[in-house]
Amino acid sequence: MQMTRGMRLKQAKAYVAEKLGCAVADLADPIAMHDLRRDLGLGRIPVQELTYPTHAGAMEAKFRIAEVLGVPINSVARFQECAGLSGSRPGGAV
Amino acid sequence: MDRPVRTRLGDGSLVEMTPAEIREDVLAGTEIGARRAKAPPLTEAEVDHLVDIFASEAKFSAVDMGDEVCLSFDGSGNLDVGSRVDELYSYQSHRGADMLELFAIDYSYKAIKTMLSYEAAQMKTAQLNVIAPLQYGAMPDLGRYSMPDGPVPNWSELMPLGKIAEARDAQVEAIDHAVSDMVYVAEGMWEAGTDGMDFDTAGAAGDGDFLATLTAIEKIKGRYPDIGIELGMASEYVLGMHGELTYKGRRLAGMWPKEQLEVAQEAGATMFGPAVNVNTTKSVAWNVARACTVIKPCMDVAEIPVHPNVGMGVGGVPMSPYPPADAVSRVSRAMVDILKCDGL
Repeated sequence: MQMTRGMRLKQAKAYVAEKLGCAVADLADPIAMHDLRRDLGLGRIPVQELTYPTHAGAMEAKFRIAEVLGVPINSVARFQECAGLSGSRPGGAV
Repeated sequence: MDRPVRTRLGDGSLVEMTPAEIREDVLAGTEIGARRAKAPPLTEAEVDHLVDIFASEAKFSAVDMGDEVCLSFDGSGNLDVGSRVDELYSYQSHRGADMLELFAIDYSYKAIKTMLSYEAAQMKTAQLNVIAPLQYGAMPDLGRYSMPDGPVPNWSELMPLGKIAEARDAQVEAIDHAVSDMVYVAEGMWEAGTDGMDFDTAGAAGDGDFLATLTAIEKIKGRYPDIGIELGMASEYVLGMHGELTYKGRRLAGMWPKEQLEVAQEAGATMFGPAVNVNTTKSVAWNVARACTVIKPCMDVAEIPVHPNVGMGVGGVPMSPYPPADAVSRVSRAMVDILKCDGL
């Protein structure tokens, strides 16, 4: 939200918390976020490479992040183009 | 309580100072910062808070829970181990980076232009492997366009000869080359999937360097409205190597962080990184008080996130390849607590 949307910190935290359906304080709580990221498919930090082989990782997670946060992610759009995936681009104008 | 505590100088060396001596340094730092940048000095409460931070004997200092900020990086992926993508993954998953940056060791857009396809391929690979926002970064590096490294007469050689007009003309010519290269690299990186571009150490070669960066940002943002643009400064003050260059009617030479931020916002930057140089012979407390004073006026006019530079030798962090955690954590906390900045 900061890098590509230019949002100030307070605004960005509030926006993301609302989209994720959590409290702002949860965003800096690794315990809360670990479960939330699993539930929403946003990608988790693996303890080992194969800890979460059935969960979203990297590009897969970015597809979900674009959708959940409602923001376009350039690499996701490029992936869709290169993979020939049809459908609307995840995310929208914010 | 006036027992000496261990603290550090701007070169990283340990010294012992009493809380009263730390207070003197904080007051002196904010006073000189206010005088130089024509900014208000820190308030009494802010001075007290800085003294509390630096007079503590704790090894590490941190912001209160709830005051966490985003950590961006210029030059993550340092090739300490493995590939650059391995390093980016490590920064994301193990070093607390909220934003990442792919870069090449020859950190100049002029150099990157010559190997753009290779760098863009690295960007694509990296984007497939990381989740955190990932930008590409390098320096505008206007000096590279002067002879003998570049095509333009060397203004640093012309000026001592009294050829001021020729020196100015050379800088204007160099700006065109630099803008062209920055836009060219941004085009390639956007096509490869980058989330943003970082123009780091903008203004390093003076007002021409800064104008080239602002002009490039305006062109890039106009072409790709969704791209992130981080503008990180080289130093606290824009040197007037040309002296008469303007951006949208504002003279660039002599700009301090508040004015730098204003033109950065106008150009289309989405993040701004002010840089305040460290005096290595003064205490870290002196340097931080001065840096906070110089940067603080930014926060009143900021419409975009402000991430003060707190790398080695800027923002109060000691000038050392291995900045000590006790100093880095105090500087970071001070920046967040005093400035209410959006990140570091």
